Amino acid sequence: MNKTKKVTLSLTDLWSNFEEIQSGLSNREAVEEANRCLYCYKAPCIQACPTEIDIPKFIKKIASGNLKGSATTIMLSNPVGASCSRVCPTEELCEGACVLNDSTKPIMIGNLQRYATDWAIRNEQILFEAGEKKGKTVAVVGGGPAGLSAARELARLGYTVTIFEAEAQAGGLNTYGIVSFRLPQAVSYWEVDQVRSLNVEIRTNTRVGQDISAEELLERHDVVVLAIGMGKVPMLGIDGEELDGVYDAIDFVKRTKTNALTNEFIGKRVAVIGAGNTAIDGATCSIRLGAESVKILYRRTREEMSAYDFEYEFAKQDGVEFRWLTAPKRIIGENGRVTGIECVKMALGDPGQDGRRRPEAVAGSEFVIPVDVVIKAIGQSRYIEMIEGFGLTHSDGVVMITRGTFQTSNPKVYACGDVIFGKGQGEAMVVTAAQQGKLTAHEIHKQFASVTETV
Amino acid sequence: MADLKINLAGIESPNPFWLASAPPTNSGYQVQRAFEAGWGGAVWKTLGDPILNVSSRFAAVSFNGQRVAGFNNIELITDRPLEVNLKEIYETKKRFPNHVIVASLMVEPKQDKWHEIVKRVEDVGVDGLELNFGCPHGMAERGMGSASGQVPSLVERQTYWVKEAAKTPVIVKLTPNITDITATAEAAVQGGADAVSMINTINSLMGVDLDTWNTIPHVDGKGAHGGYCGPAVKPIALNMVAECARHPRINVPISGIGGISNWKDAAEFLLMGATGVQVCTAAMHHGFRIVEDMIDGLNNYLDSKGIASVREIIGKSVPRYSDWGDLDLNYKIVARIDTETCINCNKCHIACEDTSHQCIDMLTDTAGKSFLRVREEDCVGCNLCSIVCPVDGAISMVELPSEIAPMTWNERQAALGALSNCETNITK
Repeated sequence: MNKTKKVTLSLTDLWSNFEEIQSGLSNREAVEEANRCLYCYKAPCIQACPTEIDIPKFIKKIASGNLKGSATTIMLSNPVGASCSRVCPTEELCEGACVLNDSTKPIMIGNLQRYATDWAIRNEQILFEAGEKKGKTVAVVGGGPAGLSAARELARLGYTVTIFEAEAQAGGLNTYGIVSFRLPQAVSYWEVDQVRSLNVEIRTNTRVGQDISAEELLERHDVVVLAIGMGKVPMLGIDGEELDGVYDAIDFVKRTKTNALTNEFIGKRVAVIGAGNTAIDGATCSIRLGAESVKILYRRTREEMSAYDFEYEFAKQDGVEFRWLTAPKRIIGENGRVTGIECVKMALGDPGQDGRRRPEAVAGSEFVIPVDVVIKAIGQSRYIEMIEGFGLTHSDGVVMITRGTFQTSNPKVYACGDVIFGKGQGEAMVVTAAQQGKLTAHEIHKQFASVTETV
Repeated sequence: MADLKINLAGIESPNPFWLASAPPTNSGYQVQRAFEAGWGGAVWKTLGDPILNVSSRFAAVSFNGQRVAGFNNIELITDRPLEVNLKEIYETKKRFPNHVIVASLMVEPKQDKWHEIVKRVEDVGVDGLELNFGCPHGMAERGMGSASGQVPSLVERQTYWVKEAAKTPVIVKLTPNITDITATAEAAVQGGADAVSMINTINSLMGVDLDTWNTIPHVDGKGAHGGYCGPAVKPIALNMVAECARHPRINVPISGIGGISNWKDAAEFLLMGATGVQVCTAAMHHGFRIVEDMIDGLNNYLDSKGIASVREIIGKSVPRYSDWGDLDLNYKIVARIDTETCINCNKCHIACEDTSHQCIDMLTDTAGKSFLRVREEDCVGCNLCSIVCPVDGAISMVELPSEIAPMTWNERQAALGALSNCETNITK
């Protein structure tokens, strides 16, 4: 249901390639679409939204011209609702559940959500107020979607909240990890400001374990919320990884959002390893930086890849080539710079532990693709050191929680977002992180409320 | 957060949104659900001698795919025993002491009948009474409802009888099925009404089935006129409210009713002189939950205007509503077309060319591109082009500075009269 502008890439003005590609709805489009919504009771779209936004309610408010009320409805349920309006896989969530799918077309819920939140951003609205002070302090480690969401909700409930953020800006993935042409930083900054406006202190450039210790946080606060997400792309473990021209996809995308855009990719041949959403981001950013050709190498097939369908379609339209059943064997270089990548053809064998068919190398099928740049996007590593700094039980860096309470092995520490994703726990979407943050806040509140009651 | 409390003729309500006397207020269960949803008050479905209803009662018109642009019913007043209603009113009021319950009443036009019912409903603790002089179907055939409401002397007399017995404020609900609603409104005031409410439903036949030739709706092949309401009647209701609000002898509060579907409609009624509003069709279409956005939207509107209380907007547009003869004949607006925004559908041209003043030209520029332009000297400022234009901002109606001083028709006639008097003198 996206309304995408036709992109003509420029080699002289790279910035223009990174402008948001999807234009917002016009007033008329929004009102027409809002009036098309049936305003279902106990609507399936609400049930399909991980943050349970009352979707018919916010749409009805667009129809009635109550845009502040609409934005408030959205942001109350989802503290990063403006970002989610742009990055949620709506076809699989709210719009996929819309009752109009069968009879006509689903309501453009994502675009309407963007319309209402864009209005709030443009009109500099402050939508919430801090609750009456409870005299309890909470440290939130990590200012990404989960941390912001927990902080916003805790502040609304009257807790004194401090966010400890390692980067120069809060927002996490929304600020640094999602490509600008899908999610401009200004949207993420506005969401951060909404949290800050509730007197939440956000201490940026503050890395826990380095600038402040875990013990200190535990000592000084009644509760700690660990929402540190995930780290860099892990090593491939093949030759040539140290060569110039090999990039971590997360870092690579971050650079397109923070630094002046570089000209060094113009005319270059790029190989991206992996086929998740981050791989797609690495590939489409390369195209927008002027790369001549971009190939995504994946050891399995289209069926197994984890990128959303709309991301796959988007990459194809951008001219990204996909090489299925292709695994890297070594990165080849000359004078310390990448010149090619040696790959081997794979075939799918029997299903592995995760149920997916395991790729196996086809003997003697090695071949070399000449490339200038290799971008690694094979997942993310975990901040195990920090997790252990808090002394928390984890499984390969996935912090273990009591299901439903978000409480870790240390009752004073809660965890939410990507740090608890994996090993059968949680989901990796921004919207899930937001919901977990919100629920974590409610669980903390419940804990204190029950303590007070029993006293 | 603006203050949404109102006081209508002494009845204090937490907000201006009441459910009108109608199917949504038929029982205690429903009214309590409504109060839980946030409605400030409810006018209980009309009490009287219980009647028999027919099956097949409602119908609605869709307009270009939008459902319930207008709504019609042939349901009568309550079909439940008075004792049951009174018991449920008592229980509801006890559970929701701060919400308003007004009892709608309809009995035969006899003094003792009115005295009796007033006493019985006031005994269970209602906040006010609303006299149903408006129901246009069924009850009217028995000399009640709009049959009473169309005769000013009957309105006055029955209101007087009610006032003889009533201890709570009396609201008289008026029928729009009359040439001049101010006549009956004034009669109600003469009879001692503390407030008037309007409009009840308008006589209507919703349609004819082109296959069976039955009326819509029909009861076993036969139809009868119903009462029309919903968004389509709003302009009619708004005018009637405004006419009463600006009438010097109708100096009681007005409860506005008719097609109010959202906070904007409500705000318009308040600006036009209503102290509060009553809603039915929108709730029947979407459920009681619609009141949440009515409250939230009105509150945000008042906040954005820096207005502390909803009471401050009541009647603010009334002085701007007048007679045609008081409008300035020298005020001039013309249409202007923004060719950048225009999508060249040419609907303004054909509307003007065929049905208005032939002043929008279809032209071609030097590059061969079509465009539309208004000949301002011929434009009368009728608005038709901007009404039919499908694009926001493509046609704006622009005020032209007037070269002549303002003059209304009434002023002009007075001036001409003075002039002709002069001439008469000269010829003498």
